[in-house]
Amino acid sequence: MTRRAAYEARQRRRANLIAGASTLAVVVLIVLLVPRAPGWDAVRASFFDAEIFVRTFPDLLRAFVLDVAIFAWSVPMIFAMGLAIALARGTHNPALFPLRIFGAVYVDLFRGIPVVLLVYLVGFGIPGLGLPRPWNSPYIWGTVALVLTYSAYVAEVLRSGIESIHTSQRNAAICLGLSERDTMRYVILPQAIRRVVPANMNMLVALQKDVALLSFIGPVEILRQAGIFKSLLANFTPYVGAAVIFLMVTVPATRYADYLMNKDRNARS
Amino acid sequence: MPDPRLSLRGVKKSFDDVSVLKGIDMDVAPGEMLCLIGASGSGKSTLLRCMNGLEPVDDGAVLLDGVDIAEPGFDLTPIRQRIGIVFQSFNLFPHMTTFENVCLAPRRVLSENRDSLHPRITALFERFGLAAHMHKYPDQLSGGQQQRVAVIRALAMKPQTMLFDEITSALDPELVGEVLDVLRQLRDEGITMVLATHEMGFARELADRVCFMDQGVIAEEGSPDQIFSAPQKIRTRQFLASILR
Repeated sequence: MTRRAAYEARQRRRANLIAGASTLAVVVLIVLLVPRAPGWDAVRASFFDAEIFVRTFPDLLRAFVLDVAIFAWSVPMIFAMGLAIALARGTHNPALFPLRIFGAVYVDLFRGIPVVLLVYLVGFGIPGLGLPRPWNSPYIWGTVALVLTYSAYVAEVLRSGIESIHTSQRNAAICLGLSERDTMRYVILPQAIRRVVPANMNMLVALQKDVALLSFIGPVEILRQAGIFKSLLANFTPYVGAAVIFLMVTVPATRYADYLMNKDRNARS
Repeated sequence: MPDPRLSLRGVKKSFDDVSVLKGIDMDVAPGEMLCLIGASGSGKSTLLRCMNGLEPVDDGAVLLDGVDIAEPGFDLTPIRQRIGIVFQSFNLFPHMTTFENVCLAPRRVLSENRDSLHPRITALFERFGLAAHMHKYPDQLSGGQQQRVAVIRALAMKPQTMLFDEITSALDPELVGEVLDVLRQLRDEGITMVLATHEMGFARELADRVCFMDQGVIAEEGSPDQIFSAPQKIRTRQFLASILR
């Protein structure tokens, strides 16, 4: 071992020791202090009932399938819409000026309204027009609300990606005789989309959580199913179960997004 | 002299308040190789970019085979197939292999299909010693190799005229030679070439004519021997003295 390697190994051992000790101290404090809180026994009984947890978990998992389904059919629509809005906002053709305005208004509007509010407004408002079945379905209008909000975000992410591609790339393509359209399609967009994959991964994690908001307008997905169990059993443990299920999906997805982001940073530095 | 391939008449260009080109007149004959020399900021790059319409000129005319392509509103897309340009910073498309880089424009613009394109492009790669690198990505290649791919990419459009904007300036010194060799090869093919360059030895060896640019005008032009051995203007002498140290 070189002198430097020995020194670094020593430093590492020391850092690990300190980190381990401080983590242990915090855990011990929590374990000792939390149960001493006056309401701890009541909280444990109503939030952490092992028997209820085990009994309701499979049904919650089944209900979560609906969340995943709503998520799965929303994503392609969100990206198609987001891309269309991003391109509309970047157009310089005077004939398409109305599209540009529309894109700007769309983004401002749907990014500015809380998702839950949009779910209520669209999910209750539009079926209220007296549409015949199946056009009054909360699945349709709930999905529309999610697509409106998230496509506005995705449009902005894509637009920042498009603008991050250096003009020299565009110049090179134009000088080869490519049309504006082909330049966008073959040169700019493929690079821009790759560059914003990590940001969009974070968007997908947020979307997966926000699907639960559709419970407010009808669909019996996981949050609503947990609410039903809560009323039935007079116990909040099903909510904890639902949280665990969300974490099982969102934690790996977030980690993966971070991994992509780091990889991208390293590749560019 | 035959009709010039490219003629510039009173070309002017400013960026904001800075006047970069102050009335350039120039003729380039078919098959001629013309070198633009001059200090950084003298307007060489801007002049090249005006020749293919990448920068719109403010005033004056750029005639390609007698047609004024600087006419405001003129559709440059078909013109760009006839004038290739290679940049200092290569500007390869990083998400495509070198082969895809070269094939993109012929496929989309000339509507050539993959089958007819493949042998033609492969031959180009072989000719410039890059056959082994055809399916690599640009970041897997050295600067010199990337720049040669950029030349191939421009050549694949079968241009009559090629513009080179200081294509060796971003390269490590030991890689400059391989790129200049490519230019030597092109020189023998009768492609009209205009180069902005700092490679004085190269300009002296191969150019038909050398233009010295200074502060937005062509201060002096002539054969390489004239410019390098017997420059007439003081500014030319000063520039050459500073370059050759």
